[in-house]
Amino acid sequence: MSTRALLRVRRPGRLAAEAAALVIAAAVAFPLYWMVLSAFKPAGEIQSTEARPWTLAPSLDSFRRVFEQQEFGRYFLNSLIVAGTVVIASALIAFLAATAVTRFRFKFRTTLLIMFLVAQMVPVEALTIPLFFLMRDFGQLNTLGSLILPHLAFSLPFAIWMLRGFVKAVPEALEEAAYIDGASRTRFLWQILFPLVFPGLVATSVFSFISTWNDFLFAKSFLISDTSQSTLPMALLVFFKPDENDWGGIMAASTVMTIPVLVFFVLVQRRLVSGLGGAVKD
Amino acid sequence: MTADTTLHKAPAVPGASGAPARPPRRRPASPARRSGWTPWLYLLPALVLLGGLLVYPIYQLGLISFLEYTQAQVSGGEPTTFQGFGNYATLFGDSQFWQVLLATVLFATACVLATLFVGCALAVLLTRIRALPRLALMMAALGAWATPAITGSTVWVFLFDPDFGPVNKVLGLGDFSWTYGRYSAFALVLLEVLWCSFPFVMVTVYAGIRAIPAEVLEAASLDGASQWRIWRSVMAPMLRPILVVVTIQSIIWDFKVFTQIYVMTNGGGIAGQNLVLNVYAYQKAFASSQYSLGSAIGVVMLVILLAVTLVYLRLVRRQGEEL
Repeated sequence: MSTRALLRVRRPGRLAAEAAALVIAAAVAFPLYWMVLSAFKPAGEIQSTEARPWTLAPSLDSFRRVFEQQEFGRYFLNSLIVAGTVVIASALIAFLAATAVTRFRFKFRTTLLIMFLVAQMVPVEALTIPLFFLMRDFGQLNTLGSLILPHLAFSLPFAIWMLRGFVKAVPEALEEAAYIDGASRTRFLWQILFPLVFPGLVATSVFSFISTWNDFLFAKSFLISDTSQSTLPMALLVFFKPDENDWGGIMAASTVMTIPVLVFFVLVQRRLVSGLGGAVKD
Repeated sequence: MTADTTLHKAPAVPGASGAPARPPRRRPASPARRSGWTPWLYLLPALVLLGGLLVYPIYQLGLISFLEYTQAQVSGGEPTTFQGFGNYATLFGDSQFWQVLLATVLFATACVLATLFVGCALAVLLTRIRALPRLALMMAALGAWATPAITGSTVWVFLFDPDFGPVNKVLGLGDFSWTYGRYSAFALVLLEVLWCSFPFVMVTVYAGIRAIPAEVLEAASLDGASQWRIWRSVMAPMLRPILVVVTIQSIIWDFKVFTQIYVMTNGGGIAGQNLVLNVYAYQKAFASSQYSLGSAIGVVMLVILLAVTLVYLRLVRRQGEEL
């Protein structure tokens, strides 16, 4: 490929580069390794000042504490509900909107596009205050809806902006051919365009999934009294204690929280790389 | 309409905006084009959500920043009173605000520069190695990217823990506390931010480099150009659109860093020494119930980020990209 010729020219350079890449990969992966390792360490080893990078007596105590101490399963489920709803709804809504702004010409189209761009810049955290009042006025405090709705709204501008490139890439001739063959606009939209844009939807959904799954600010601010509606990040914070942090519990909870995202990433990995390239190349 | 005409550069719309009655030659009036309300129907759900949960809250944010709004008003005990620019005067008169603003700008700048440098360097590195080490680096980076900010923050704090962390052991720092000093705490947060945000830059720039024709790079290399020279004179100019995108995204993300500061420095550090604007606004509003001051800080952030957006739009338009 593009660099193969370069590589042939400088062989020793490549070996050095590969060694460097492996060292960097190990360094980048180390925090994750340490997290999983600490989750499996027995209590005595975590609190030891030795900090050994291995353990000879792996134990599930920390995980047990995580699952038993609170309603962890319910938090996990709540997080899944919130993130799942946001990912699916955001993909569908953004797909429709991206289709509108790329395959139609209408007044205010460019203005809208700029608005979607500007909307990405809004510091979501700053809106916690008015959103809190909004949720209170609509009686949505302490419900999962108070998490789903804002995250859905905030994931849309970026999703629309990114999907644009994918929708644009579908040739117009295909659309015209579909209409000539008698397909209705709805049929074209869902049976032809949607499958073609699907890889882009997957790449986009990574971003909405992560931002929703990770959120703890909205959860902390909107779920004040009803802990049965809590999400995973809140469950993690419980292990932080003013006097002494329960590091085993924190690391076990972090591991449990990270695994779904990792699984999601591995599943969409290939599409993500090509998707980002496609979206940026435009 | 005016935005339309200025944003569409030459090739796309020759005279389209000038004569709406006569459809331009290059765009045949397919059924999709003709009906005026269909695009709005498609846009409806997105616009409703954004209007209700983004535009309206921004309006409210601005409104609250001009009111006297504390716990008394929230509970309805006292009527809200109009303050004019009173809240902003209070804010700008507070030396802590300027200190936090400066810290935010410097911290975000350091994060952006570090992320871009590491991301681009590793993207170039990825193109020079064989598949196996490339896969290793890619997977490690994706792992860091996928790690939720809150768990990433806690793990990093634990790694640098003075009592139980391995980093102090290896570096022989004894019980040096990273979160005690202002600069070491910022440095620690910066490392974590770098760790979780360089993968986006790396993957995106790598995808861009792969799109550069092989002959161009070969020619440069045969002419005896050094790796740095190839990057500076060949790759960087060709990657400019991508670099603009990742730079702007990095600025947006790093300027708004919240979780890392909040978790790693325990809500802004000792005596608020590690506050950035985002956390500062949150603390003002929710910890000390000064909602109007918190909103004013939010408005300041919004204005700064809008300025960044305008610069971005100018760059995009100068490149003649059609929106």
